[in-house]
Amino acid sequence: MASPYREEHEQFRKTVRTFAQKELAPFVDEWEKSECFPNEVFKRAGELGLFSAHYKEEQGGIGGDYWFSVAKGEELPHCRSAGVSMGLLVQGDMATPVIGDLGTKEQIEEFLKPALKGEKIAALGVTEPNAGSDVAGIQTWARKDGDDYIINGAKTYITNGTRSDFVTLLVKTSPEQGAHGCSFFLVPSSTKGFIVAKKLKKVGNWASDTAELAFDEMRVPKRYLLGEENMGFMYLMQNFQTERLIAATSCCAGLQLAIDEAIAFGRDRKAFGKPIIKREYWQHKFVELLTKLEAGRALSYKAAEAYNDDKHVNNGQVSMETVKLISMAKVFVGELSSEIIDQCMQFHGGAGYMEEYPIARAFRDQRLLRIGGGTTETMRYYLAKLMGL
Amino acid sequence: MKILVPLKRVADPDNANKVKVNAGKLVTTGLEWKPNPFDEYAVETALRLTENGTATKTRQGEVVVVTFGPKDSETTLRAMLGTGADRAIRVDTGDDQIDGDVVARALKALVEKEKPDLVLCGKQAVDGDSGQVGQQLAEYLGWPQATFAGSIESEGDKALLVGREVDGGTIKLRVELPAVVSVDLRIVAPKSVKSVHTPATHAYPEGVRFAALMAIMAAKKKPLAEVKLADLTSDAAPKIQYLDYELPPARKAGVKVKDVTELVTRLKTEAKVV
Repeated sequence: MASPYREEHEQFRKTVRTFAQKELAPFVDEWEKSECFPNEVFKRAGELGLFSAHYKEEQGGIGGDYWFSVAKGEELPHCRSAGVSMGLLVQGDMATPVIGDLGTKEQIEEFLKPALKGEKIAALGVTEPNAGSDVAGIQTWARKDGDDYIINGAKTYITNGTRSDFVTLLVKTSPEQGAHGCSFFLVPSSTKGFIVAKKLKKVGNWASDTAELAFDEMRVPKRYLLGEENMGFMYLMQNFQTERLIAATSCCAGLQLAIDEAIAFGRDRKAFGKPIIKREYWQHKFVELLTKLEAGRALSYKAAEAYNDDKHVNNGQVSMETVKLISMAKVFVGELSSEIIDQCMQFHGGAGYMEEYPIARAFRDQRLLRIGGGTTETMRYYLAKLMGL
Repeated sequence: MKILVPLKRVADPDNANKVKVNAGKLVTTGLEWKPNPFDEYAVETALRLTENGTATKTRQGEVVVVTFGPKDSETTLRAMLGTGADRAIRVDTGDDQIDGDVVARALKALVEKEKPDLVLCGKQAVDGDSGQVGQQLAEYLGWPQATFAGSIESEGDKALLVGREVDGGTIKLRVELPAVVSVDLRIVAPKSVKSVHTPATHAYPEGVRFAALMAIMAAKKKPLAEVKLADLTSDAAPKIQYLDYELPPARKAGVKVKDVTELVTRLKTEAKVV
């Protein structure tokens, strides 16, 4: 595959890397401790175009292709905090693409444009206390009341949830119809009955805030319904592929960083008379890990190319073949990240277990990749269905 | 104020070990090109002098960037247009077969055409390290010059007070415009550049600015002109001839000594440094 990147992609890549290294990395230790990075980071990232590259110009975007987003996802790990990366990726690639696809002019003005500028913080509300990757099982319910909907229920594990300005919210509008009774709403967090119930403590991704939300007789006007009623599940399958795609491509870049740093560590660290990277065991191990990473990146790029062709070249729907590739990439890279980070930590010995080495944070953070955006098991379940096994 | 900034692309200095020599010639294929860091500082300085630092959208002057190179060196120019330069000119040449003197003579002709108030350049390029173009250009133009600027204060855009670090302090030179000024690393510190357009209290972020995506895309529409070297100077023959290139010798392994006495002895008798 020829390089998908042109001159402006490379310049944008440089911008994102410089931003991550100069304006994020020096502060992430502090943000990891406070368990939330400042709101101004969204504003600054918006100014630099981090959210808007792949949106159409009339939506407040740049009108670029998806490779801008891939380049961004690959450079963000230079900030050295998966929590910060994740918070920023939710804003431009997880909670908002569906608004670009389905939003009315008013919804684009009210939600998408300010989100792409980083002026309004976006969150995605799908998972519930009793329904995670099995989305059809959600219980939050919107009942019709005249021209409005009254929403009751709860959402959990919501990234950016403690300070979001609006949530792209999946609810049941026709509970009796199961998966085919779901709808999406755009709900401002200032709505009466919108409650941030709790800030959650997590294993990793500390710099990102995660919330449990509750909705108590929350009245939402019909103009906030996104797309058509009861089409939510279809939209979720169609419009949320970027979440998994950007996770896979960004993760590969983060893994490369971890391996590079481990190898640099192993050149200095001596055991039994020579640098540990000169031990044949570890040489073979790193060759194997780098080979697998190359395979993971190739698969992710194939998925990204398929997605970009569907959406930005043919301007159409995401094909089932593309969904398959993205799901495979997400599973493969997610599982691979646990293996690579685990081995890199092992290679560090005792030092790797200490907070002063970046591998310690990476060790906590990587674990989410097998869970967030659909667990490995759920992804395989869908893949089996998709392939008619 | 109108400022002309000549800039050069150099092989990525962080990947210097990728430079290869073949039959006495530098192999440039596969090298990653970057703008010469000192030239980037010059562009940043020029931008600071031609804007209000607290409201950068409205320009208070013009910055024209110039490079000498083949078609693909326009990438370097567009990167600078992305960070805020207003216009670009590429003088069509190869990456080699020119030297500082050819560049200075060509720039003189360009300056006479463009009539800038100031030529700002990096103090040297980090590949050849010659550090000659600024001084030669000032001489050819008969303009005042101040070199290795660590600070610049614009006095009503009529003259510049240029600070240069020397042993034990800073020397300050006042140059009347038009002039040629070359800049050093410290020029991109938060308060190194002062102009009438920016409040004195304003502090810039350390270093050079980077381009927002919108600016990168908009830069594609900014004017970029091509000029033939022959149209600027009738004598394009370089004065410096490069006869041969060779890589520095690989470092030899060190030797271990038993004790300080042996060390001193060998420093005296073998290394002959004490």
